[in-house]
Formats: sequence, C-alpha cells, structure tokens
Amino acid sequence: MTGILPTALEEATKGVQALLLTGKEYVCIMRLHSQVSEDRVKAVLGEFHGTIYQRPPIRASVKRRLRTRKIYYSNLLETNGRNVLFKVGCEAGTYIRKLCYDFGEALGCGAHMQELRRTRAGPFVEDEGLVTLHDVSYMFAQWQESGDESLLRKFIYPMEKSFELLPKIYIRDSAVDSLCHGANLAAPGVLSLDTKMRPNDAVAVFTQKGEVVALSKALATSEEILKMDHGLVAKTRRVLMPRGVYPRMWRGGL
Amino acid sequence: MQKISAPWEIERKLVIKAEEETNPRFGHKPYERPFQEYIKFGIINLDKPAGPSSHEVTAWVKRILSLKRAGHGGTLEA
Repeated sequence: MTGILPTALEEATKGVQALLLTGKEYVCIMRLHSQVSEDRVKAVLGEFHGTIYQRPPIRASVKRRLRTRKIYYSNLLETNGRNVLFKVGCEAGTYIRKLCYDFGEALGCGAHMQELRRTRAGPFVEDEGLVTLHDVSYMFAQWQESGDESLLRKFIYPMEKSFELLPKIYIRDSAVDSLCHGANLAAPGVLSLDTKMRPNDAVAVFTQKGEVVALSKALATSEEILKMDHGLVAKTRRVLMPRGVYPRMWRGGL
Repeated sequence: MQKISAPWEIERKLVIKAEEETNPRFGHKPYERPFQEYIKFGIINLDKPAGPSSHEVTAWVKRILSLKRAGHGGTLEA
C-alpha cells in the first residue's frame, strides 16, 4: 500500500481528526479469479455507491463488527485479462481489500486485492505538494546546512490545510480565547460562515486571519445561524489553538 | 442506491453575518507564522512507500525532523 499519508507535526497532531471526516480516494488493482467481460465488471463496480455494509477483514486494526461506510463513486479505469484497475472515492475506514472481495462475490467469480494506492485523503491530493521520505530528509539537511527556512516552508503545509473541505465559521477576535478554554460558540461571535451546514455536521472554527481555533459540531443550519442574534451555534469538540494567543475578553467564574 | 457527494465535490459559499476588523497584534496568518511555530503547526503531504507500516513511516518523519510528536491522518491499510 502506497500513497497519500498526511503526516502532522507536533501540535498539528491534534488536527488529524479532521482528515477522518473528509473522505479518501484510492486506485486499486483487483485480481479476478476467472475471466469476466469488461462490461459486466464496469456495471458491477458502478453499482457500489451510496451506503454499504462492511465487516472489516480478518486482518484489521479495528473491531470486526458490521458497520456502514459511504461509497461516493467506484469507476472502472482499465482491464487487462483478469486484472481490473479501478478508482474508488469512499468514507475513511472503508476496507478496499474487503470491497474487492465483495466485488468478486457480486461478479460471481471471486476476486482479491492485488495492489493499492491512496490518491487522496480529504484535501490532500497527489499533484499538490506530495513529498517522499527522501524529499523530507533531503530538505531538512538542506535547511540545516543553509539555514534557509523557505525550503521547509515550501513542503510543510499549515495544519489549517486539513480543514479545507469542512464547512467553516469565522469568528470575532473577542470570541477566540473563550473557545480555546473549551466554551461553545454563541451567535454574536460569528462573522461569516459557509452555506449548506446542517445540525450535527462537523465544522471548523477559524479566526479572521485564517487560523483554525477548534473542531466543532454545528447546532443549527447555515440559514438559521445567519439569522440568530443569541444562543449557541456550535459545540466545541476539539480545541486546536493554544490558550492566550488572543486576549481573554470574557469573565471567568472566579 | 442513492448517490452521495464526496466531500471534495461539495461546493460551499461564504456568507457574511457581521463585519469587524481583526487586531494584527494577536495571532498570525498561517503562512506567516514564525518559523518554529510554523513547523509546530505543520502537516506534510507524504507519499508513503510500500513496505513499512503507516506508523513506522510516521516515526521516521518524527526522527528525521527531530520532533517530539508526529501523527498521521488515517492508517493506510487495505
């Protein structure tokens, strides 16, 4: 298995959770156990979208209980004899090895996964700033020698990148530190927000400078929040910004 | 089955509720963070090689960059 593995440094580790919410894409080679026509493979692959049931395979790092996973698309790219190259967009936690097995069952011939490459993890894609371990060690050595920090700045993204695909709420400076202390976001603190938000959606709360403050849960729709003048709009799930970056504008209980 | 849009297929628009300036004395735009802070709040789009596990690869990055902590966004296993 190769491909996109977003790797968070130090404090950014807190933010990787966001990547479990915004999907994955894989390119996979599946080996069929007997010859099937390309049209039939294409039709069966195309049927696997929407919500599917999946029991994690025997060798899995999670509990093997039946769970649902969303498949956004699965498209045939190419066949070569009994080898099938396809692309699948799916929810995090979908086992492609199991999906291949299920394709094989649906085709009636049996199949297994031959090779897998992840081509997307949320906002991280292959043709944008993808680096190998060699690149990382080379650029780090270059920086140590030359002291030129632009090299490291070029291939390291700010952690905010991880939140690119989540709906966002931008807040006032005066609301930031209270969230950093775990408070929930109230309507007066909101300056702008993304459309299409629904209650219980994961949302990212940002400062006006574009710094991520917290990962939260929306308590109302975008339209409702826009009209609210009081009350809570998002429940803080995970605080990402350290306390004290913005001034404390709220009165504590003491 | 009903078609579900992938998170990267959903288009959103930003709508304004109220306007206010941000005070430049506090915080930084993410790309303008001081170097140490930039690294501390950084994430790498890493191409995992075949062979080692996601955890091993993450541990290598941690060692190469001499970090205290590193983590990855979803184990790459089939």
